[in-house]
This record gives sequence, C-alpha cells and structure tokens, in this order.
Amino acid sequence: MSCWQTIQDYGLRAVGIGERLLPREDFTLCQQFTLIGSGMIWNIYFGVFALILGFLLATALAMGKASSNRLLRKPSEWFIFVFRGSPLFIQFFFGYFLFLNLKNVSPIFDPFTAAWLGALIVLFLNTAAYSAEIFYGALLSIPKGDTEAADAYGMSGWSRFRRVIWPTMLRLAWPAYTNEAIFLFHATALVFFSGFPAWQQRGDALYYANYFADKTFNPFVPYPILAFYFILLTLVIVGVFGLVNSRLNKHLPQDLKPKLRLRPNLIR
Amino acid sequence: MSCYLTTGKHMSLYWSVLTVLLLLAITAPVALAFGFAGASAARSEFPPMRWFGKSYIAVVRGVPDIAFFLFFVIALDQAIEYLRHKALCPDWSEPIRQGNDFVVCQAAKMPLGEAPQWVHETYGFSLAVLTFAIVFGAFAANVLFGAMRAVPRAQLETAEAYGMTQRQTFWRILVPQMWVYALPGLSNLWMVLIKATPLLFLLGVEDIVYWARELGGTKTPRFTDYPHGDWRMWYFLALLVFYLLFTRVSEIVLDRIMARLTHGQATAAGEAQRKAAA
Amino acid sequence: MKNLILTTAALALTAGVALADGHGKTVRMGTEGAYPPYNFLNDAGEIDGFERELGDELCKRAELTCEWVTNEWDSIIPNLVSGNYDVIIAGMSVTDERDEVIDFSEQYTLPDPSGYLATSMDADIEGGVIAAQANTIQASYIASSGATLVEFATPEETVAAVKNGEADAVLADKAFLSELANADSELMMLEQDVMIGGGIGLGLRESDTELKEKFNVAIRSMKEDGSLNALIGKWLPDLEQF
Repeated sequence: MSCWQTIQDYGLRAVGIGERLLPREDFTLCQQFTLIGSGMIWNIYFGVFALILGFLLATALAMGKASSNRLLRKPSEWFIFVFRGSPLFIQFFFGYFLFLNLKNVSPIFDPFTAAWLGALIVLFLNTAAYSAEIFYGALLSIPKGDTEAADAYGMSGWSRFRRVIWPTMLRLAWPAYTNEAIFLFHATALVFFSGFPAWQQRGDALYYANYFADKTFNPFVPYPILAFYFILLTLVIVGVFGLVNSRLNKHLPQDLKPKLRLRPNLIR
Repeated sequence: MSCYLTTGKHMSLYWSVLTVLLLLAITAPVALAFGFAGASAARSEFPPMRWFGKSYIAVVRGVPDIAFFLFFVIALDQAIEYLRHKALCPDWSEPIRQGNDFVVCQAAKMPLGEAPQWVHETYGFSLAVLTFAIVFGAFAANVLFGAMRAVPRAQLETAEAYGMTQRQTFWRILVPQMWVYALPGLSNLWMVLIKATPLLFLLGVEDIVYWARELGGTKTPRFTDYPHGDWRMWYFLALLVFYLLFTRVSEIVLDRIMARLTHGQATAAGEAQRKAAA
Repeated sequence: MKNLILTTAALALTAGVALADGHGKTVRMGTEGAYPPYNFLNDAGEIDGFERELGDELCKRAELTCEWVTNEWDSIIPNLVSGNYDVIIAGMSVTDERDEVIDFSEQYTLPDPSGYLATSMDADIEGGVIAAQANTIQASYIASSGATLVEFATPEETVAAVKNGEADAVLADKAFLSELANADSELMMLEQDVMIGGGIGLGLRESDTELKEKFNVAIRSMKEDGSLNALIGKWLPDLEQF
C-alpha cells in the first residue's frame, strides 16, 4: 500500500472518516506519521477552542480578582485557586464524574460525557484560571500614568477599560500568556490518556502513539513522532503569538519594540 | 476504620507522599541548575554552545512532558548502560543490540543484577529526578534567559565602568540581580512542577496517585479483608485537598522570598519597600 | 514503598537457593500488580495472587534467587528487552505479535476465554456499546466486530462505565470479570464466551535461552506432579486444568 493511499485511508481517521479498522500488522513509518498526525486534529481542536473561550473568562476573572467588591473578588479568587492548585487529571476525573451524574438528571447533558465537549469544558476552565492569574498580575503592574491619563481625558467605565486598561494589560501579560498557551496545548495530550474514553478508536495524537507503541513494543518510534508534531505546533503557536505581540506593541518606536522571541545579546 | 487506614497498602500511600515531597525537593534545585546552565549556554558567545543551549530550550519546551516521559527514561537507562558497557567490558564480542534485545555485560548493568531492591528503587528514583530536571530545566532556562536580559543595562554598564571583567560582571552584578525578575516565572514553574507529579508513575515511581487509584478501585472480598466498591472519588478528593494545601503553602513561602529578593532592587516593588521603610 | 522493599528482600532470602548458576545472579520478576486473581497487591501492599505463588515455586524448583518488581503494563515489554528485569509474569497471553519481540516459556495456563459483563442478561453485544481497556486484545476484537467500541484507560473505569450506563457491556478476561460478578449483585456474566489470545506464559528476552530452559523444566515438573493444577484450582477455579 502506497503512502498516499495510507494518508487517504487514515488522514482523517481521528474524526471517524476513512478506514474503520486501524492497521494491525506490518506497521510502516508512513502509517505512524499519518495516524498520529490525524490525532493532532483533536489536540488542535481542544487547544484552540479552550484558549479562545478561556481568554474571555480569564479577562472577567482577572477583573473580578482585582475588584474591590467582595462578592466579585472572593469567587474569582477561589475559582483561580482551585483550578491552579490541582492537577489537571484530577479535574478531568471530577469533571467526568460530574457530567455522568448530570446525565441522570436530564438528557440535555448527554454530550457532556464525550470528550469533544466534556474535556473541552474542563480544559477551558483550567486555562481560564491560569490565564486569569497572569492577567491579574499584569493588571496590577499597569503604570499609574496610563490610567491617570485616561482619567484626564475624561474616559470612564467601558471606554477606559476598552481603550486603556485592557490593551495595556494584554501587552504586559503577553509573554507569560504565550507560555500558558504552550502548556495548554501540551495538556490536551492528557484528555484520552487519563480522563475521557475514546470512542471507536478515535483519539488524539498520544492515543495513536500509544497504540503503535503497544503494537510494535517499540516506544522509540511513535513517541518521537509525536514529539516532532508537538514541536511544530509549538513553533506555530510562538509564531502566531509573536505576530499578535508586535500588533500589540505597534505604537512603540521601532527600536523599542519588545520582541517576544530571542533578541541579539545586548548585555555582555 | 482505623485498621483499614493502617493496612500495608495505606502505609505505602503515606510513604509515597514523602517520596513525592523528596522528589520535588531534589528536582527543584537540579532543574534550576539545568536551567542556569541552559540559559548561560543560550547567551554564550561561542556559537555551537549557543545553538546547543537554544535548541535544548526550544526542543524540550516544545514536547509535552507526558510524551517525553513515555520513552525518555528507557533511552536514558540504555545510554548509561551502553557507556558503562564500553568502559567496563572492552573485550565483549557479542553485539549489544540482538534483534529487539538490548544486551550489555553483567558488570555494566545499572544497578548490578545482584544489587538489593532498594538500590534499584533509588536508581529508578534518580532517573525520574533527572528526567524531571531535564524537562523543567528547559522551562527554567527560558525564564532565566529572559531574566538575564531584564536586568537594567545601566547596572552592567556601571560595572564595566568600574573596570570589572565580563566574568566579574556576570557573576557579581547580573546573577544576583536577575533573581527578582526570574522569581515570578520560576514560581509559576514550581506550581506546574507540583502538578506534574501524577505523571511520576510513568517513570516507574509509585506516587500518590498510583496508590490512590490502587486503593480506591473496587475490591472483591476474596483478595482483601476490606472489600468495597468504587471509592476512587474519596481518594481523589483527599488528593485534591493535599494538592490545594501544598499550593497554598508554596504561595505563602514564595511571597516571602519575593519580598526578601525585592529588598534594595531597582524595581517598582523595591522602590515601594524603600518608601515604606523611610 | 518501604514495605515493598522489606518484603521483597525477605522473599529473596526464603525463596531462593543462592548461587544457583555459579555467579549468584538474581532473577528479577516483572509483574503488573493490578490484575486479580493473577497478580495484585494485597492489603499489606505486597504482590500476591496466582502468579506470585507460581513464580516463587518455579524459582525454588529452578534453584534461582528471585525478586519481584512491578511495572506499568504499557511499558512492560520495552523494559524487559532493555534489561530492567528478566522475566515477565503478568498474565500475558502468548500472541504472535508478542512472540516476534520476546520469547515465551511453556504455557502455564490453558487459554482463558474472554467474557462479557453486563447489568442485564439481554445486553446487546452485537451492535451495542462495548467497553474495553485501551490497547488490549479485547479492544481490537470489538473494533473489528459490529459493536461500538469505547475504550478506557484502566479496567476499573471499563466496569464503572457499565454500571453507570455509558456502555452496554464490558469485554475482558473471564477470570477477572467473574470475580466482580460474584461480588456485585448488579453485575452478571453473559453466556457468550470469546476465544481471543492463547494461554499464558512467562515472557523472556530472546537472547536469554538458558533462563528460559530452566523455567521450562520447572514448569514441566509442576505439571507432572499436579502442583500446577492445584494452584490453578485454588486461584482460578473456573479455568480448565491441564
């Protein structure tokens, strides 16, 4: 079987399109690359959606934690503490358990025990907590002059937040937030490994890498392939976040722009 | 009930708490050392050194720790045995790779075949520490690399103006001052490290999660004096409390360290401390 | 963990006659410790079960000093071939795939059929949802049948899935499931059995022919004097004997 044929058969196997049975013998490198790559669809899906949704909640939580109103502050603080303070796999365990019980309450909750929704929710809450802490730290270090200038222009409420506080916060938080994004994508590998069941052998990249390691009894091929895909993904994340970073710092003079990535050594 | 909580298996669970704490206590400084070495290499003047440092940071940071753990320990173990084999058994004529088997002479085994069990466990534990340190060292290197750049340039220029050599400037000015910039990043890393301990069982160390899963699983009456259903929830709840407490304690300690490091530094927080004292 | 160390050390003293093959090599026995009644951890945290008793007896007959270690199932073969222990004794069925990578001793049990465990006798195993542990022979069997496969990371979760209605039935080794069916009135074994996999043997490195021969001799002697059947009768009452 040619490699092109393999890609046609298994390229979208992770979402249930293509050959129904996984390869069983004579495992080729091509099969391993194709299936593990196909599993990456799930890692990217979980990562992208959790990141976008988490970003919104994180902004709200950071504002809540910085708020002077106790009713807003305390819940935000606890939410951040619990989700940052416990390992992700315990969160998956309790998340799955909770969704199972909700299922008995009403059939509306049926899809929640499937990874595509249930694990996404857990990852979303998890990354929201981590990002909120980063944004909160950034909020505290917004230069006083910026907010004073906003006051002097007569800005208040929404426009002050939208045009001064929020962009400055993002600018300050961006390097740390990039790291969090990398961690989140890596965390997506835990979904099927310890947490949610895999239906009809549709799993993420680690699931397929595990499948091959188990069938060939040789961990030195599939896991490095998985590592290769993740390094590529990390490079893409760093690239995209770097673009956003330069957009955020567009107003600064060219030579003052803080670059997200490596800079020639100025310090000796 | 008290009998149940003191079975040998529960004792193993309590021991594993100590194992995890010990592992964290050893891993943190080792990872920091790796990070320091990595960051220093990444800003080295000597290109191969710099490439090495930068690719270490980029590659290890790019791989999920779980994927790394799944094959790296076996590779590390084989590498150590291979080197010992080359050094200790030069007359060995058979190939080391025989089909699927990895065969080295008896003297090169790590630990030796007849070594007592505790030596094996210690060796496994050390491999786990080393693997953790390599992974988290890459993240620490990234943080330290940034921190080294964050030290105000004026400080270094002043040192040069005083006639310090590059080496002196690095060790006496840059290194003492970089910690305050590195600490937020390192604290965050410490929190991530704590939460990575459930992955220890992949490295062959029986950690708390392994025992919690083992103890919480359904037990049928034939094999135990204490049969019970699926109690994993309660064990995981206990783990949750353990991790939350541990996080809280870490936060308090790290805040103290931060306050101490800030003392006398040219940062906003340092300025605030000075004002408060005056 | 400390306990484990002490007990295994004590075992090494009692079970083995030292210096068996001239240079006192300890044979390390790798098992999973999570697969009752074959091998599991008892209340004291020690390895116990059918294979523990069998392994001790085999070591005694082959005049070997043995030590027990536990290892995750997923990496149990890679760790054997890279030399971290010398024997796998973990309820491992002899299959062609595995036989290509490692060697097996003579089988010490006859093939154990796989069975279905469900909450009702009329569970649909043809087209329903069947749970299995990820990456087991049962999982690949269901994948190629008409049923919908749902895989969980641990055996515990597969059974939990049946109890909470996520799956109609779970497919696993019969010896493992029938224990649960006996202990829990909600669960029952279905009548259909499936024959997947062969009998169980010790797994050894392909280059370790000498050790394999020693264990084969010991297994044969246990088969001949009936002590193996006695052990099977004690731990695996439902299994066919030699």
